[in-house]
Amino acid sequence: MTQAATPSQTVGPFFGPALTWPDGPFVVAPGTAGAFWLRGTVLDGAGEPVGDALVETWQADPAGRYHGMEGGDPDFRGYGRCPTDGTGSYAFLTLKPGIVTDPQGRGQAPHVAVSVFARGLLKRVVTRVYFPEDGAAQSGDPALSAIDEDRRATLLAAATDDGYRFDVRLQGDRETVFFDL
Amino acid sequence: MSAQAPDQAPRTVSEPPYLYPAYGSTRLRAPSRPLVHLRQTLTELSGPVFGSERIGPHDADLTGQHGGEPQGQRIVVFGRVLDSDERPVRNSLVEVWQANAAGRYAHEVDDHPAPLDPNFSGIGRCLTDAAGRYRFTTIRPGAYPWRNHPNAWRPAHVHFSLFGTAFVQRLVTQMYFPGDPLLDLDPIFNAIPDPKGRERVMARFDIHETVPEWALAYRFDIVLRGRQATPFETTDDEA
Repeated sequence: MTQAATPSQTVGPFFGPALTWPDGPFVVAPGTAGAFWLRGTVLDGAGEPVGDALVETWQADPAGRYHGMEGGDPDFRGYGRCPTDGTGSYAFLTLKPGIVTDPQGRGQAPHVAVSVFARGLLKRVVTRVYFPEDGAAQSGDPALSAIDEDRRATLLAAATDDGYRFDVRLQGDRETVFFDL
Repeated sequence: MSAQAPDQAPRTVSEPPYLYPAYGSTRLRAPSRPLVHLRQTLTELSGPVFGSERIGPHDADLTGQHGGEPQGQRIVVFGRVLDSDERPVRNSLVEVWQANAAGRYAHEVDDHPAPLDPNFSGIGRCLTDAAGRYRFTTIRPGAYPWRNHPNAWRPAHVHFSLFGTAFVQRLVTQMYFPGDPLLDLDPIFNAIPDPKGRERVMARFDIHETVPEWALAYRFDIVLRGRQATPFETTDDEA
């Protein structure tokens, strides 16, 4: 007997004190070798910053293994959580994930899974961050392959001085690709 | 074993849409392009694990976090977290937040002119046990106005955040109280399209779990998508 899932409801505007963790943006501790900042802004359909969103990330370690997976780095949490500030911005200190290989040997290009929750989102939106230097690995990536070519660029982070930038556009012309899981 | 991969597990037919114009904030925030279907990979079938280090000593008793007792009707909110195959979701983080008895959040952007309660922060967290059970002691939250439309009031509710065991199971929802006359008027609740779906975000009064001479009790069972699989094994779907 299967049960229908409990429906989603919006996170609303008042989640801050409950869901903000001091270590949330630190997927790795400050000072970790190779760490960089993944930063971005969440924007609405009018191009205005969304200052009350919650961004969460989930990613593999540099060897391409998820926390808890055999051979995975037990100290690499893989999860980040950051509320956006008044300018709609978020930031995570993290390491670049490796190529994730599934049990059948298929590889996925390095990527970070992202959820965005906010007032006005009755359910989260889910997207992925890919990295600009991984063009070869991305050509066979199953998630990217499912996307029309002209929209793939919305999932590509841009290199910056201290890491990468990835903006999330909830609605409109350059709307970020969101996934139905 | 005929277990279904989460990918093929029945989806709730009652998820709210992104765009629900009666809830004004959806208009500029709802994606307008169709979602891209993603066949689930290790990324979606794995997920973060949190342990007791995330839980403080008073986190499951929202009435015991300050020097005195908060105002309001003391209640126990409890239930089980299951997956859609009715397996318990064990050792999984549950986070809750809510308004106080007067309908005011201890949050800087809440300007509703109702009193704050120095003895109530309205924030709780716990881990589910081996049977997927959770339990909070709190007070019944008040309704509050929210300006979505003229004279708009949110029905009393408790916010829930759940992780399950996989990224695909992540859920943020709200629990409502039976008999609340504001439910019929609330666009957030009514964005869930079918009555059965709306029923699944309703708590049920449970006389057996009340604490005599102390607290009323409400049961709220939560069902997360997918089965609780070891995410790194080969599933039927991947074969």
